[in-house]
Amino acid sequence: MAAVTRKGSRGGLGGTASPQAPGGLGGSSPRTSTFWRWVVLLVAVVYFLLPLGAALRFAGISAFGSVISEPGFTSSLALSVRLAVITTLVTIALMLPTTVYVHLRLPRFRRLLEGITILPIVIPPVVLIVGVLAIAPGFLKGTSWLLALAYVVLAMPFTYRSLDAGLRALDLKTIVEASNSLGAGWLSTLWRVLLPNLGTALLSATVLCVALVLGEFTMASLDLYQTFPVWIYVNSQTSGQVSVAASLLALFVTWIFLLGITVVGTRQSRKRGGGEVTLFTVARQETRGD
Amino acid sequence: MTTSVLLQDLTRAFGVTRALDGLSIEMAPGELVALLGPSGCGKTTALRIVAGFETADTGSVLVDGKDISSVPASRRDMGMVFQSYSLFPNMPALDNVAFGLRMRKVGARQRRQRAGDLLDMVGLAPQARQYPHQLSGGQQQRVALARALAIEPRVLLLDEPLSALDAKVRLQLREQIRTLQQRLGTTTLFVTHDQEEALSMADRVGVMRQGRLEQIAAPDELYTDPATAFVAEFVGVMNRIPGELQPGGQVTALGNAVPVRGHRPDETAVDVLVRPEGLQMEVAENGNGIVTTRTFLGSVTRVAVQLSGDVAVQVDRPSVESAALAPGASVSVSLLAQQPVHVAPRQVS
Repeated sequence: MAAVTRKGSRGGLGGTASPQAPGGLGGSSPRTSTFWRWVVLLVAVVYFLLPLGAALRFAGISAFGSVISEPGFTSSLALSVRLAVITTLVTIALMLPTTVYVHLRLPRFRRLLEGITILPIVIPPVVLIVGVLAIAPGFLKGTSWLLALAYVVLAMPFTYRSLDAGLRALDLKTIVEASNSLGAGWLSTLWRVLLPNLGTALLSATVLCVALVLGEFTMASLDLYQTFPVWIYVNSQTSGQVSVAASLLALFVTWIFLLGITVVGTRQSRKRGGGEVTLFTVARQETRGD
Repeated sequence: MTTSVLLQDLTRAFGVTRALDGLSIEMAPGELVALLGPSGCGKTTALRIVAGFETADTGSVLVDGKDISSVPASRRDMGMVFQSYSLFPNMPALDNVAFGLRMRKVGARQRRQRAGDLLDMVGLAPQARQYPHQLSGGQQQRVALARALAIEPRVLLLDEPLSALDAKVRLQLREQIRTLQQRLGTTTLFVTHDQEEALSMADRVGVMRQGRLEQIAAPDELYTDPATAFVAEFVGVMNRIPGELQPGGQVTALGNAVPVRGHRPDETAVDVLVRPEGLQMEVAENGNGIVTTRTFLGSVTRVAVQLSGDVAVQVDRPSVESAALAPGASVSVSLLAQQPVHVAPRQVS
């Protein structure tokens, strides 16, 4: 599961860099450049698919059937999904007005905010969760809300970046002023004008948040919650095959889920003249925005 | 339902720059006033203060005699068309036009009806279901105009709405805006840096410079009777010809003496400001100038003449008389006798 998260955030950079890479490697001849392109692709495919193939072979098809009936499977998956939903909603509710406000009124603070939002990536999750557990108020301790709130902190950088890219693609000031002059107050402007136009950005944020929460292990295990990744780990102690099957299942389910989001998102975005929505839209928008 | 607008002694500073420095304008109901000036003269700031997007440091804006300074932009009932495309990308043209009515809680059927009527008025009824990205720049600005007019605004504010468009579309839209504005009788404030636009559309044009109003007058008055040298030079084509101020209130240039009008600089070395149609020219052996180029403009031909002393001027002649004014011809150029002229401190070029 953790692999999905990494792919979502890091693969994006690879995606934007790759068009230049073959030219640089292959020199001037187009034939050599094509050759190297295939080599790079092949290496990447082997690197990513070999472990998956090995895992599939180790688990065996029959293990997949028994995963679902395994004790703890449903409850841990439900907990992870619930955490993903809460985290996504809270993060967006917090970050959307903040980012809009900074873009409109405090453009000079954009760099600062960018710096602040990078902190959760830089600081190891272990440090974060230990700190959070030490200072958390009593009424939150022992509830899954605390974990959700910690995830909000983790998800903030991705959400900010998605929204920032989305807002930069809009002529925000003009659109907000147009909306104001037509009689819309702040709430109406946010709800009826900005939110619908940030569809792609919100989708990217959602995808990243969900992938992050579904794959997070450190914080959950230190907070003593059996989320899905924790359950897989615990299970691997007793039955290796079942836990590997569960990992693969989770990976495929997540993939299908993300694929669904991007397909729907692309359809919505195309209608309004936008481009294709991919998991890497965020990274791409970011490089284009600069 | 027409509205009068009064801008009273507005000042606004951004740091050390004074964007507005005591601007006062009175707009009669149904009037279209254009604010014209170079970039940074404060015209956009003035418009944004009326719209409610900026606040004035001092002074006030009165609409129908009521001070609206403390009313937020969303309650001012002002329709605005922006320089950049401002349509909501997520809504088709019809919904864009209906947005203001929706905010005013007009029922769905009624607002569709009204939005449809307005799209029809700007000639875009067939495009009602199209999204902004499917429309051309000119079409988008027409939808934006319809959207601004849909709320029956008390004042229509136009912030350089044509400057992003190409020349032909600009010309069409210019006429369309003026026709609609007159038909609906909406008091309109129009900001532009394009003098042709201002002169062709407005009832009155206010020329601004460094946050102040230099002159506000009807377009023809602005052209024929500019109050200051700045206005004289900013509006229309103007020649600068070196001259000498004489003690008796006359100025001599190109060999004749004419009266001076308006402000007189302290120094005697000045430039005389004359329009291309304000110069006399005839073909003459050993004249004071040589024709360099000739531009046919229809009924008149604009002739560029190089005068002695490295001064270039433009002279308009009726096209029927310009056959002899081929490049290289020697001509004699002089001021029209007794025609008062503006003078400005001499520009060293």
